[in-house]
Amino acid sequence: MGRFVVRRLLQMILVLFAVSVLTFLIFNVIPNSDPAVRMSGRQASESTIQAIRKEWGFNDPLWQQYLTTMKKIFTGDLKSEFTQLPVGEEIRKGLPRTLSLAVGAALLWMFVAICFGLYSAVKAGKFADRFLTIIALVGISMPVFWIGALMNYYLGFKLGWFPNGGYVEFTEDPIDWFYHLILPWTALAILFIGFYSRVLRSNVLDTINEDYVRTARAKGLGERQILIRHVLRNSMIPIITLWGLDFGAVLGGGAILTETVFDLQGVGQYAAEAIGQLDVPPVLAVTMFSAFFIVFLNAIVDIMYAYLDPRIRLQ
Amino acid sequence: MATEPLADTTALQAPAGWEEEAEREHVHGLGPWRLGLRRLRRNKVALAFGLLFVLLVLSCLAAPLWAKHVAHTTPEENHLSDTITIDGKKTNVVGLDGVPIGPQYLKADGEFFLGADPNGRDIMVRLLYGGRNSLMIGVAAALMTTILSVILGVIAGYFRGWSDTAIRSVLDILWSFPVVILGVALGVALALGGLQLGPIKIAGDSLAVPIFIIGLVYIPYMARPVRGQVLSLREKEFVEAARAQGAGPLRIMFSEIVPNLASTVLVFFTLLIANAVLLEAALSFLGAGVRPPNPSWGTMIDDGVERIATAPHLTIVPGLMLVLTVLSLNVFGDGVRDALDPRAKVRLEH
Repeated sequence: MGRFVVRRLLQMILVLFAVSVLTFLIFNVIPNSDPAVRMSGRQASESTIQAIRKEWGFNDPLWQQYLTTMKKIFTGDLKSEFTQLPVGEEIRKGLPRTLSLAVGAALLWMFVAICFGLYSAVKAGKFADRFLTIIALVGISMPVFWIGALMNYYLGFKLGWFPNGGYVEFTEDPIDWFYHLILPWTALAILFIGFYSRVLRSNVLDTINEDYVRTARAKGLGERQILIRHVLRNSMIPIITLWGLDFGAVLGGGAILTETVFDLQGVGQYAAEAIGQLDVPPVLAVTMFSAFFIVFLNAIVDIMYAYLDPRIRLQ
Repeated sequence: MATEPLADTTALQAPAGWEEEAEREHVHGLGPWRLGLRRLRRNKVALAFGLLFVLLVLSCLAAPLWAKHVAHTTPEENHLSDTITIDGKKTNVVGLDGVPIGPQYLKADGEFFLGADPNGRDIMVRLLYGGRNSLMIGVAAALMTTILSVILGVIAGYFRGWSDTAIRSVLDILWSFPVVILGVALGVALALGGLQLGPIKIAGDSLAVPIFIIGLVYIPYMARPVRGQVLSLREKEFVEAARAQGAGPLRIMFSEIVPNLASTVLVFFTLLIANAVLLEAALSFLGAGVRPPNPSWGTMIDDGVERIATAPHLTIVPGLMLVLTVLSLNVFGDGVRDALDPRAKVRLEH
């Protein structure tokens, strides 16, 4: 087990390095105009461009440029070219908000997807199954920012059932925090519910024909027991992997659209606002951090698997 | 959703026990494509949605006809200070408070069928022209992803060894970025200055930029399963036979392996268009996709969301078009997958 963990962590570090190189390449080396011009935003004076070229060392050899960029990111030296606020600080400020969104939405989509997927599989081919399949397909076909905006308008603005966007700190008022997050959680969860319930349905249908399920039935276990303890448990493995990855993606700014629509001011919205101004440093930092989150969570999920299933350690 | 067509079809799921079905219907001897077509024909829901997609595409292609003969305007033409006659009353296209008129349907002879935007532009005309852009980007990006994924997947799966390791590691790294974030990063990097690849030069505000970005972002999601399939295909007897007859690697790859990928590629292509159209909308919404004044469903929703309180039709209309398009492709693609290979687990992970 120890050896597996060390190997997996070394591999993770390698991937993190590669991710940082790719991010660097996207922003600094992509073959088009001068990176300094790109970095200075839409309307920059010649002196700003010169200052940025010097600051980022765009005349240096590539490896040195890479080091300069990474140093800027990791020492908190990175500043928005538009607001001049430090990027690291802004991301840290947005993180609790993004975390609130991600945790709540992830729990919601997992719970609902298990219910839908299991019910769908049990009723496979019947009306309920087809109906849920259609619902799931509608869910994965809706742009999250569109359904979010409509929910905000009809349920928040018109009916006044929910607050019209915004965020309240958990420490300030937990009930208001929850109340403000209901719509964002739902909007973000819809896509994943559609997707996860379909994956779970097909996994359950595969598992249901396994020998150990027949054995469980033969020894007289109740249907409910079989379904939850034998079928569901074994159908969950691929879903859990996805869950780890998607949670990492949402946490790292993948909820950029939801946050923007509901004005949550998290990491994603920070990036979204920077995009509007073509302000490169925040987008650069968020891009790298989101990939870091995914790689990191991927490693954690793998290690957890290896702990649960010894066969994986030997691969 | 009407419940009627659901009741009498083998909707959206693998027909269980297809071996017995084969016995029953004397299908022995028919090729896999004929069998697939037969199964697809029976899936009325998938067919209906496929038809819906064709209708949506045709109506977007007919955009100039509508613009010229019904709406008498262009997607960019402003009617800020114009008035139209509705029920015998003269009405401002954009009210004095800046609120545009909502859907008129046929009240003004088809002008402003779906209302106007705050610049007094005809929403219906913009919707159809925007649909051309959205669909064009979707199809072109899906084509780019498909071609590159097949090439990469076949090379990696066939040669294995170091080319496999190299291709797989690059794909793994791309895969570590959330799709939207990677798209946005590329969008921001390409917005000023565009892209220059050797002799090919793309301007920053060209539609080719979102096509390139979306086409690139989805490659790992398709190349991986293709590679997996090639790995198992290359061990099959017919490849062995071709090799024994003296076929070289190129010949084996293109005339033995690629044709066997056809059903996977077809399913992926359909689902990729759906995802590409969605991603285009997301990127345009964030300002990193299609650049105004080019209309696309994403930019239209982006414009609409700011004014949702006074003119909700600006958001609802393009969004509905988008959902219908993506849904029709998803349902149809699902049906095609079940028809061609009921046991397949080809799935595009958002």
